[in-house]
Amino acid sequence: MPQTLFEKVWNQHVVVPETADTPAVLYIDLHLIHEVTTPQAFSLLRERGLPVRRPDRTLATMDHSTPTTPVNSFKDLAIVGDSAANQIRQMEINCREFGIDLLGFDSEQRGIVHVIGPELGATQPGKTIVCGDSHTSTHGAFGALAFGIGTTEVGHVLATQCLLQRKPKTLAINVEGSLPAGVGAKDLILAIIGQIGVDGGTGHVIEYRGEAIRAMDMEARMTVCNMSIEGGARAGMIAPDDTTFEYLAGRERSPSGAEWTTAVERWRALCGDDDARFDNSVDIDAGALKPMVTFGTNPGMVVGIDEPVPDGSGDSNFRKALDYMQVETGKPMTENAVDIVFIGSCTNSRMSDLEQAAAILEGRRVADGVRMLVVPGSQQVKHEAEAKGLDRVFAAAGAEWRESGCSMCLGMNGDTAGSGQLTVSTSNRNFEGRQGVGARTVLASPATAAASAVHGRIADPRPYLRS
Amino acid sequence: MQAIKSIRSRTVNMPAKDIDTDQIIPARFLTTTSREGLGDNLFHDLRFEADGAPKPDFELNRPEAQGCEILVAGNNLGCGSSREHAPWALLDYGIRAVISTEIADIFRSNSLKNGLLAVVVDEETHGWLLAHPGSELEIDVVQSTLTLPDGRVVSYPIDAFARYCLIEGIDQLGYLRQNLDAIASFEESRP
Repeated sequence: MPQTLFEKVWNQHVVVPETADTPAVLYIDLHLIHEVTTPQAFSLLRERGLPVRRPDRTLATMDHSTPTTPVNSFKDLAIVGDSAANQIRQMEINCREFGIDLLGFDSEQRGIVHVIGPELGATQPGKTIVCGDSHTSTHGAFGALAFGIGTTEVGHVLATQCLLQRKPKTLAINVEGSLPAGVGAKDLILAIIGQIGVDGGTGHVIEYRGEAIRAMDMEARMTVCNMSIEGGARAGMIAPDDTTFEYLAGRERSPSGAEWTTAVERWRALCGDDDARFDNSVDIDAGALKPMVTFGTNPGMVVGIDEPVPDGSGDSNFRKALDYMQVETGKPMTENAVDIVFIGSCTNSRMSDLEQAAAILEGRRVADGVRMLVVPGSQQVKHEAEAKGLDRVFAAAGAEWRESGCSMCLGMNGDTAGSGQLTVSTSNRNFEGRQGVGARTVLASPATAAASAVHGRIADPRPYLRS
Repeated sequence: MQAIKSIRSRTVNMPAKDIDTDQIIPARFLTTTSREGLGDNLFHDLRFEADGAPKPDFELNRPEAQGCEILVAGNNLGCGSSREHAPWALLDYGIRAVISTEIADIFRSNSLKNGLLAVVVDEETHGWLLAHPGSELEIDVVQSTLTLPDGRVVSYPIDAFARYCLIEGIDQLGYLRQNLDAIASFEESRP
């Protein structure tokens, strides 16, 4: 029977098939762990006297509660509070005790877990990858089956390298045509979520397909897959191709030599069969898209940059969201003044994201009264950006250049916005209070965020682009 | 895990749609290394003023909501972050079941693994529950049914294995570890 990409990866990892009474036992190739969603799982192992079954398949880092303030020495780390400091210390203890390599503060490979997995070549096509973090869907850009799990399941994987899972349904999102200039991966995924809704993918694994997806580089594909969960889908996948293999070639944890050749052959065979069937499908015309911004308090409340905020006054949730955001039906989002611009997060903190922002900021200044934070996704991204002089572009424009981490995406480490402040953010969630109590978040692409920083109001990036 | 065969309690309603796990437990409370005590900060920013005083019109703060163990929420409850701290906080506060027309995948999975019943009902039943706050319900896990105060019985879907684990008080790690031989063979069979 013809199979989709998802079905091929799933079937290759079934240890015990599912029955009406029991879920499948699914093998996990790579377990990513960070400090926030693992301490209780390690406690469970201790209570039961269990070891970590495969420390070699476990990759650990610290990103969520870690400071991003520039420091000369990590001895001066400005950790937000005792509880966060304890959590960070506990992560070091847990990894040491259970024999897991930790890419910690002393590692030049530290960074946001969804940035470093691909960067190190640990993320590979056909792997099953999980992490106690919903944005694990990012790794699906490589043709991996990657999804977020809870802490109890983190314990299951630590102890057995397996999970109990029911096979999800499949949703094909076909993106035909090509994206216009100034419209990027972030605009595309926001438009998709706007179309399917924040629960449109519930119970499904998405496969992104079509001309516009194939034309994307790996970083753009990661941005798209990253936000699958904002459409309700635990995982989003893209078929691996030459773009994928070129990205992975020569990376530290990628196969090499003869193994590389075998691996590429195996990876090529993962593509979905031509006549494979999906449970559902959605078509998107890439050519019709504009830069997108959110106007409400979930990532499905999205509008074209020059379009008026729609009228949803019949819906109490909609009215409440507009009240919280202090925006008005009928007016475009470009009318709103900006307090903070945040470039970062597992959605948009890689080199290409920083380059897009820097291209707009070069020779320009962040508007008076606007604070701009640029937080690279990993220490490697940070160093590469510095080698290319991007840090100097940001500094000259008046933006803050930080150490890597999740930072203002969820405001766990003390990087937050004040009540009522409006942040144009390249992150993934505009939930009430996500970036600080009472903080207002507008999700956008790095280009839109940078243009908004310069303009002082939410701005269409297209007039700022240089040929 | 303790076996749960049924729950009987009054309901408290939060009719808002898309209540995300950041609302249930804001990220700044996730620096804990324990499962305990999260109930104090359940729905923190909806529940408390900046000075820490309870907001009188927040659903859980109303006098009639006290002691209610069943939360009826709008569609797509628990979307967003995978934080298991969300069901831990609800349980720690005293909520033992959540009901909605749709419950986000990861939150639902996390809830059931902790003995927080995650019950999906049809729109008609949901509409009735929202129109009748404070109703005394019985949620029967063995039969997978919900009994309304007027005696109507509504069945709800629940994964057979999750149901079995709930009613027997079985912890899924124990079950998973029974497959260690199969896991070892699988590992040996792969490149």
